[in-house]
Amino acid sequence: MTASETSLLTTPLDSLHRALGGKMVPFAGYAMPVQYPAGILTEHLHTRKDAGLFDVSHMGQVTLEGDDPAAALEELVPGDIAGLGEGRTRYTVFTNEAGGILDDLMVSKLSPTKLFLVVNAACKDADFAHLAARLGGRLAVTPLLDRALLALQGPGAAAAMAKLAPSAAGQTFMTIRAMDVAGIPCLATRSGYTGEDGYEISVPADRAEELARALLALPGVAPIGLGARDSLRLEAGLCLYGSDIDTATTPVEGNLSWILGKRRREQGGFPGAAVVQRQLAEGPARLRVGIQPLDRAPARAHTVITDSAGQPVGEITSGGFGPSVNGPVAMGYVPAALAAIGTDLKLMVRGKPLPAKVAALPFVPHRYFKG
Amino acid sequence: MSEMRFTKDHEWIRVDGSVGTVGISDYAQHALGDVVFVDLPEAGRVVAKGGEAAVVESVKAASEVYSPVSGTIVEGNAALVEHPALVNESPEDGAWFFKLTLSDPAEVETLMDRGAYDAYLQTLD
Repeated sequence: MTASETSLLTTPLDSLHRALGGKMVPFAGYAMPVQYPAGILTEHLHTRKDAGLFDVSHMGQVTLEGDDPAAALEELVPGDIAGLGEGRTRYTVFTNEAGGILDDLMVSKLSPTKLFLVVNAACKDADFAHLAARLGGRLAVTPLLDRALLALQGPGAAAAMAKLAPSAAGQTFMTIRAMDVAGIPCLATRSGYTGEDGYEISVPADRAEELARALLALPGVAPIGLGARDSLRLEAGLCLYGSDIDTATTPVEGNLSWILGKRRREQGGFPGAAVVQRQLAEGPARLRVGIQPLDRAPARAHTVITDSAGQPVGEITSGGFGPSVNGPVAMGYVPAALAAIGTDLKLMVRGKPLPAKVAALPFVPHRYFKG
Repeated sequence: MSEMRFTKDHEWIRVDGSVGTVGISDYAQHALGDVVFVDLPEAGRVVAKGGEAAVVESVKAASEVYSPVSGTIVEGNAALVEHPALVNESPEDGAWFFKLTLSDPAEVETLMDRGAYDAYLQTLD
């Protein structure tokens, strides 16, 4: 083990990743498998065709418990949390006073007095501190440091899961249930970040490898690394925090206005509400859009976008090769006037202006199980 | 045709008369993973020893391919443009990247032979 590796944190599945031949790389302070011997392309296509198992234990899990935690959390996020039904899950963001995004997260209502949040690995320490500082006086803010998180994704995920947890089959997209999976007490949401049907399973850390091995033993389930996780979520048009959205982008600019409930748009009451409400009323100056390069060359993050006359207008925030699209795909920010689908753009790749068009997101249709 | 010579950046070159054929090593294709795109130099372009000559992209990232020697590009391998995965399938044979006329054939002697390259690979990882 090299010196740089010794300072990295590991997930409860670390020895399993290494046993499976995972190529370990540093990610958000953790040693994580970027790929297994099958490779990113094969892993990506396998997930779209069958089922992929992802270790996302580096992400932060935290519960908020007390009197009306939904109302309290609404002070930090623009989503409708009060209106979230028991057993339901919602995607939202933490905003700052400028309306910028501090992190994106999943919120699930376990009961009227308890919420379960999943936040990004790179932001979790800041998120935990933010929650404790702003809500700690009223709610018990409890990071779940002794739990791992596994994602099972793909069209074969439901059949695989049903073998180990029969009650999971009837669960619909964006709901949460406590259930035994392979005899292990878990908390499963029907959600994910690939655009496919599937589950994210919170499991006690000391039983995570047992669960992972039980899932991998099922037909059609293969281990998938972070490389394919990134190409899958890009094809699905989903944001990577720190690349596609960050403190310099608002939910409106990030094309996430759909996460703002009607009541929250009108009433505000979240950090940066005035900025967000003004952008909703007047339209944002710039917008995150899908970008389809028309040549074969991938356009990576930070590629300069120009208008058809060659004037720089923005930057690619996520871009690469989409294995299911079998070609390059990208997302980036353009002025609102250039955000209509079909608008001609150019991408400056290695000094050459390559043709591209604004494209509808997602690049690959979502296939969620809505019942 | 001469024996294959290698650079520390994992390019190889074979010289036949005054024309060199350049590609990337099996080690390089394995480290890159699935190749999905190549950008090849146009005929007539002058390249320097160690200078950027081509680009190879995997799903994950783009990497430069440097010319092992100085010279003038004769042609790029059109088969790679159509079928980038050839780089993974036959890196040290059919998946050559470009041919060039050498401006200083003595430069080839500064490169590693197979034995030296294999020994160099042992020092990596």
